[in-house]
Amino acid sequence: MKSPKLNLQTVVLVLIGAGLIALALGGYLTPVSRLIITPFVNAQTWLTQRYTAVRDTLTAPQDITRLRQRNLELEAEYSRLQAQIIELQQQLSETRILSALVDFARASPENQYQAAAVIGRDPSPFLYYVIINRGSDDGIRRGMPVVTQQGLVGRVTAVTAGAARVQLITDPASVVNVRVEPSRADAVLKGELSGDITIDMIPQGADIKTGNLVLTSGLGGGYPTNVLIGQIASIRSRDQDLFQQGILQPVVDFSRLEIVLVITNFKPVDITPLIPAPGVP
Amino acid sequence: MAVALAFPVMGLLVLLQTTLVSQLPLLHGTADLVLLVIIAWALQKRVDTAWHWTIIGGLMISMASALPFGVPLIGYLLATSAAYFLRRRVWQAPILAMLIVTLIGTLLYHGTSWIALQIAGNPLDFFQVLNLITLPSLILNSLVSIPVFAIISDLAKWLYPETLMV
Repeated sequence: MKSPKLNLQTVVLVLIGAGLIALALGGYLTPVSRLIITPFVNAQTWLTQRYTAVRDTLTAPQDITRLRQRNLELEAEYSRLQAQIIELQQQLSETRILSALVDFARASPENQYQAAAVIGRDPSPFLYYVIINRGSDDGIRRGMPVVTQQGLVGRVTAVTAGAARVQLITDPASVVNVRVEPSRADAVLKGELSGDITIDMIPQGADIKTGNLVLTSGLGGGYPTNVLIGQIASIRSRDQDLFQQGILQPVVDFSRLEIVLVITNFKPVDITPLIPAPGVP
Repeated sequence: MAVALAFPVMGLLVLLQTTLVSQLPLLHGTADLVLLVIIAWALQKRVDTAWHWTIIGGLMISMASALPFGVPLIGYLLATSAAYFLRRRVWQAPILAMLIVTLIGTLLYHGTSWIALQIAGNPLDFFQVLNLITLPSLILNSLVSIPVFAIISDLAKWLYPETLMV
């Protein structure tokens, strides 16, 4: 007798189970399951949040200390790398300048050069002088010409053991004898207080045009010959004047001088004793 | 102590002047830190070493500059004289005194330099000098004079503490 009852119960249970599965698969139990599961999930969430909060509270101080330390380490590393980048950029810039200077020196093998860094400018705004970090200990002597890979900068006017003062060709007291190409006309360059360079004493007959190159002529013995200085930017020729005058655009950017070359095998000639004094026959 | 301090202070100022300040021109004028510090020092009430500072600063600039030797020293001595002269008259308004002496000192210093260059055979056009160098330098010196005065006042108070009468 028991067997058929059990079988009936089993069949009923199986049928209920199958029915529930069929309803679940058909999606008919979703509202019911949501009704049951939602409070459970909410409770689970609440509990997990509390647990996490408690766990963070217990473990956080150690982590924060560790993270702060790590942050400090990374910040220090970042600063170090930033400084390294700046240093490398400076080295790259210097290397480029030096490379250009080496190329220039190779192009003029007859000259011996001593590279020097510009370390300061004259404190007086009346004068255009720079101070370089090479002096008599490095073979620098008064009167030596100073150039860059672009062209003429000036000449050494004072020397100490470890430094020298260079008068720029833009200085109002600077005078350079030059030659204008291609006409080969001799002229004189003068610095101006405004920082401009004027070219004067160009013979009226000389055919001078804007853009003509200006090089040192070597006359007077103060500078070597054929060192590029710049181009004629403008020229003024009036019939009533004895000479033509003009403005020169120098090839050297005097506001950005960093490294220069001193021509150490050039010996300037002092022709002052040969110039007759006024009134002396 | 105050005289000994002049050597590092002036040395640092000459260094700053040749490397930094001379590279920051307005037209062609530049601020003159040494001149401003000398003036500010001379205007301090209890300071009695202004002449020493002037001579030390003047000699250092003379060595660094291509101006005829001693010309900066003469210019600074004239500026210090102006500061002493005005200190007795405008002592209640030190900032005003600083501005006035900066104006006079700059003109005296530039005038001295201009005359010296004329004598040395390097004549410069007066109006060009005035427009391109002196007036811009005056503006820069006036701007820098106030912070310089504040710093030098603190230095003077530290070196010459006020004595209290009990």
